[in-house]
Amino acid sequence: MTSSRITGVDRLIHALARAGVRRNEWRVSPGLYRLGAAGPDSPVFVSANYKLSFDALREALDGIDCYIMVLDTKGINVWCAAGKRTFGTDEVVYRIERTGLAEVVEHRRLILPQLSATGVAAHEVRERSGFRVTYGPVRASDIKEFMESGKASDEMRLVRFDLKDRAVLIPVEAKSALPIALGASTLAALAGDPVAAAGITAASFAGFAGVPALLPWLPGEDFSVKGFALGGLVALAAAIAALRDDGSSMGIRLLRAASYVLLLPPISAFASLNFTGCSTYTSPTGVRKEIDTYVRLMAGMAASGFIMYVAQRVARAAKG
Amino acid sequence: MAYCKENTLEYDPELCNSCGICASVCPHGVFKADKGKARLVAPSECMECGACAMNCSAGAIKVDSDVGCAAAMMKAALIGRGASSCCS
Repeated sequence: MTSSRITGVDRLIHALARAGVRRNEWRVSPGLYRLGAAGPDSPVFVSANYKLSFDALREALDGIDCYIMVLDTKGINVWCAAGKRTFGTDEVVYRIERTGLAEVVEHRRLILPQLSATGVAAHEVRERSGFRVTYGPVRASDIKEFMESGKASDEMRLVRFDLKDRAVLIPVEAKSALPIALGASTLAALAGDPVAAAGITAASFAGFAGVPALLPWLPGEDFSVKGFALGGLVALAAAIAALRDDGSSMGIRLLRAASYVLLLPPISAFASLNFTGCSTYTSPTGVRKEIDTYVRLMAGMAASGFIMYVAQRVARAAKG
Repeated sequence: MAYCKENTLEYDPELCNSCGICASVCPHGVFKADKGKARLVAPSECMECGACAMNCSAGAIKVDSDVGCAAAMMKAALIGRGASSCCS
């Protein structure tokens, strides 16, 4: 038995999951859940056992008497699990058997989230279990309209990547990028270079937050290029700061500025390239092409930038 | 949004049985199947998720639906086929 009510504790867990806090541990037990006064004629919806997925579904089903069959997707959301086949044909067939669904409902119909189609062969589920799969809309929020009209509109079947969709991914990106960024910029600060420290922090931020937020408005289609562009702005600011008269020769200042221009954009570009993994429209073919095109460039720029940076530090120290 | 126009999607209309499921499962409207056989209307939008090929009982669609995670691909390039999964 479950309900459509989402409590304050639920919302807290959603926020924690979005922030990457024990993300895979927010799970629901697999099995059959009854919503409202569900009976043998009631529809059966299928869900992943990631709490966010389950809660989104049950909230959207408010007022509908139905069953939710929760699969064991190892606490992972529908689309990712489908890609790994944990939200897959085998698990659907197994769970039907395991829950005794055929004895609970008289019909033989299942409603699956559209994005599970990546891992589920509907015709095979039918052959093996007798249950016919219908793919519902992409978003649980469209389910009511889908049930009322009996079909999904073209719009309901399209995945978007709007600002809101991109923004919720930033905390998880930040979680992996921030420790490294803060570590590196602390080292730079301790080495007596606050401009470098600020530059590293800003370039990282540009990569894990700026690019996700501004994605469609940044130049190029490749995420790496967008990262280079935003990182380039950071590098420009750092370079201008490096050219200020601080008592050293113009040559040394130019070398320092150049080192920033080479070191900072790759930080942003690399973080941006990683963001393709969270995006909803990049193909593996395209990501592979980006890796082949830009990773060596990023590494080369960072390495030469670092050498130049060390060179100007040595020259600076040598001058006394 | 536009991204890399090349992809591994292959569709053979000869084999299509007009069930229309490819159009239902595609998250980017690559296929249209409102009357008769499916038509490839936006192939460059394909993100290679594989939902169409997975659900085509006629075997008319083929696509390489690999893991799309850049980190996983870079790891695989460095240490070999051992690393296939993403962050989870």
